Amino acid sequence: MPQSLVTVAYLFAGVLFILSLGGLSAQETARRGNTFGIIGMVLAIVVTALGAHVTGYQVLVPVVLVGTLIGATLAARVAMTSMPQLVAILHSFVGAAAVLVGIASYLDPQNALTGVENTIHEVEVFAGVFIGAVTFTGSVVAFGKLQGIIGSKPLLLPGRHMLNLGMLLASVALGVHFVGQPDHGGLEPLLIMTAIASVLGVHLVMAIGGADMPVVVSMLNSYSGWAAAAAGFMLSNDLLIITGALVGSSGAILSYIMCAAMNRSFFSVIFGGFGTTSGASPAAGAQEQGEVKSLVASECAELLREAESVIIVPGYGMAVAQAQYPLYEVAQILRERGTKVRFAIHPVAGRLPGHMNVLLAEAKVPYDIVLEMEEINEEFPETDAVLVIGANDIVNPGALDDASSPIYGMPVLEVWKAKNTVVMKRSMASGYAGVDNPLFYKDNTLMLFGDAKKNVDAILAELRTGNAAAA
Amino acid sequence: MKIAIVKEVRPGERRVACTPETVSRLIAKQGFEVVVEKGAGELAAFSDADYEKVGAKILPDARSTWAAGDVVLKVNPPQALPNGEHEASFIKDGGTLISFLWPAKNGELLNQLAARNVTTFAMDQVPRVTRAQKMDALSSMANIAGYRAVIEAASLFGRFFTGQMTAAGKVPPAKVLVIGAGVAGLAAIGAARGLGAIVRAFDTRPAVKDQVKSMGAEFLELDFEEDGEGAGGYAKEMSPEFIKAEMELFAAQAKDVDIIITTALIPGKSAPVLITEDMVKSMKPGSVIVDLAAEAGGNCELTVPNEVAERYGVKIVGFADLPSRLAPTASQLYGNNLAHLLSDLGGAANWKVDLEDEVIRGALVTHAGEITWPPPPVPRPPEAPKPAAATVVPLPTVATEAALAKKRAVQSAVVLVALGAALGLLGMVAPTEFVSHLTVFVLACFVGWQVVWNVTPALHTPLMSVTNAISGIIIVGGMLQVSGPIDSPVTILGAAAVLLATINIAGGFLVTQRMLRMFVR
Repeated sequence: MPQSLVTVAYLFAGVLFILSLGGLSAQETARRGNTFGIIGMVLAIVVTALGAHVTGYQVLVPVVLVGTLIGATLAARVAMTSMPQLVAILHSFVGAAAVLVGIASYLDPQNALTGVENTIHEVEVFAGVFIGAVTFTGSVVAFGKLQGIIGSKPLLLPGRHMLNLGMLLASVALGVHFVGQPDHGGLEPLLIMTAIASVLGVHLVMAIGGADMPVVVSMLNSYSGWAAAAAGFMLSNDLLIITGALVGSSGAILSYIMCAAMNRSFFSVIFGGFGTTSGASPAAGAQEQGEVKSLVASECAELLREAESVIIVPGYGMAVAQAQYPLYEVAQILRERGTKVRFAIHPVAGRLPGHMNVLLAEAKVPYDIVLEMEEINEEFPETDAVLVIGANDIVNPGALDDASSPIYGMPVLEVWKAKNTVVMKRSMASGYAGVDNPLFYKDNTLMLFGDAKKNVDAILAELRTGNAAAA
Repeated sequence: MKIAIVKEVRPGERRVACTPETVSRLIAKQGFEVVVEKGAGELAAFSDADYEKVGAKILPDARSTWAAGDVVLKVNPPQALPNGEHEASFIKDGGTLISFLWPAKNGELLNQLAARNVTTFAMDQVPRVTRAQKMDALSSMANIAGYRAVIEAASLFGRFFTGQMTAAGKVPPAKVLVIGAGVAGLAAIGAARGLGAIVRAFDTRPAVKDQVKSMGAEFLELDFEEDGEGAGGYAKEMSPEFIKAEMELFAAQAKDVDIIITTALIPGKSAPVLITEDMVKSMKPGSVIVDLAAEAGGNCELTVPNEVAERYGVKIVGFADLPSRLAPTASQLYGNNLAHLLSDLGGAANWKVDLEDEVIRGALVTHAGEITWPPPPVPRPPEAPKPAAATVVPLPTVATEAALAKKRAVQSAVVLVALGAALGLLGMVAPTEFVSHLTVFVLACFVGWQVVWNVTPALHTPLMSVTNAISGIIIVGGMLQVSGPIDSPVTILGAAAVLLATINIAGGFLVTQRMLRMFVR
């Protein structure tokens, strides 16, 4: 296949990827977007395979088949609640692949570059491997945290910022040493740097708490893009550069959106340690906040039955308890009774951007009753009952009126403005941010303690029997 | 200026164009003088004394009333009297007439009015735009017709609407099917729900589903994709396949429900037949059908206009005058619509027929000796782009907007200069190939930036998994490295990279697909 044809095919694949991302901007076009992505990818792979440089089909074909099989199995088996973990582990694969491609590119005897070009190539290799290694180990740790293998509390080593800086400087020093070594003599500093970057990746993500995971996952998504772009530079491959840049900037934007939703700067999230610096301050409020009122499932059902409008606010707790199915049945019963039911989604609810939307979609909740924070926040005062299920920080009034709260300034769902708010929670423990929640002490707040799924099931049963009796 | 309110002459018509309350507003707020024909409001329960009380003058007969008014207000189009005279001949040359006119059916009448230099506004031609809702007499009347249809059905139906558990035993609730969820349909749903019936509704326009549900009815759906939304929010005609599926649905429903209220009208066409003789036959004896489209041919095959027909034990109501059967309310609402139009025309003091005004022009059917119907198409402003779901939560700002903007401008200037300097430096030392790659890289960053901002937050997870799959493009890097000797480290590393990237690609795309399939409206 002539080189210019390959280039044109790459160009076309790049266009398809752009259309793919564009297609995902709305539900109506999203599936088409995904299809474009698949076509682009198949095109890129086929064209590369037919290109003049590729002859090792006896290796390529079996490896691709095995990889596809594994990937497809993973995709088919994963539960929707485990989506954050899957995304994280897939990021780690890209990182690892970038490291491997980088090292191989350095060792490849076919590269006979000299002078400035060689120097640039080596810098590209070095940078690509660095980013790849950070992405790889960072994603593995993120996976571990999301899966619950590693505790979600941030690990805060003393002097951790200095530690990060030291590792970064050491990598740069190794880089200077690495560039210009004749006959692949730079392999040693390259591998040492890979090890250091791996530790850096682990350390960076270990320091970030569970509630900040949406940012971390999208940041790693961005890194995996940059790693691919770096690989493109070292292989002089424009398709890799385009795609990597697309993914990189997309991940960066998502991270930014998530940070904005929490009113925190990107760096304060990345350098972690949330909820620990000001742990003492909310304590004063806790004693004065008064009494917590609780109710049982049947009373909650009664409340819902009498309400004319209900807003349901799901959080990570709903995902953990897998309560989205019975929850939607509750919503359906209420809707059949003529109650106005909506779902309100905070941008950082869950552990992945858009996590709640996916779970509700899984339970077949129609997406036009699932509303974003900005769309629904002003409607709480006209709402009879709010059901908060497994969410905490995103409904914390302290974020608006308590300047000492660590989450002060973060936009939250103003559920306390409704006539009644029922908060489903396992216990009085504070959320991931470790912040006490004054919502629980409000006069119009009722707590429903216990496992979210069991409680929703109980409410559902209660509503069903109630309906039958009325008919 | 003098307004004349004449008595309706159409047989059976009980409405009057203005109630005393409306007349008092026309006199007090808009500065008109009002004359009323003797007995004009009698059938709607408004006496001549009531009109006199609010300042109107009563004139003894039609001819003098018509002749006295600069503006004549009516409900029905002018028509021939039993004695052979025609109402349109009573109006003074160059006068103004406002009433329902149905210009498509009444071409001869238009000629007659134009010949006499009459300025005519047809209430049925008021454009369906937001600003004109207050003058939308068709909707006012449809609302009343929908309500009245339920009342007619209830009076003919031999059972309760609401289900009751009494000491004497159980009474099941009535099941009502409303076909067509326009203004009349929605009003019927509301009225039937209010009486306690179980209400189902069908409409060819999926957009009205939420309205139907908000009124408390169940929305019946076909397993068929076609949108029946035509111009102006009215329904359009559907494809034969759709109609077949629709008829099957009605046939099934007919066996189950007790009351059917049909309101299906397509502008400018005869009403579609939705309820066939067979369906009527299959209904339970004692059931009732109210056909609101009776005048336009009827939605039911067996409808007899203006009568209650009984066929196969089913009563079929074909009244075309349902609003007139609620004459006081209908007169009140119609009068209000008229008053709003008069006020838009400037009232008595600033009376002006503004041909530039879209609403006025739309309703105007004759003017200055010419027939001005149909109006020229109004250039619609391009539909405002739907506000994209805001993706960024605005940060609380301390500085004023202006100061902030200035600061931003300075910042971006600094960034641009620094960027330019860095690029210039790079251009001096870097080889061409690298620079061309850099160009591609930077442009792609910007494209990604632009494209991703539009993504709705609900799709963030699929976006992430699809970008993740796409970043598996690094497979290309691995593929370029597997062609050396099979045991060389380069080949082995490359193969491992290909394996990982393939898992990523397959997993990412497939899981995205799985997620997207779940998003349903």
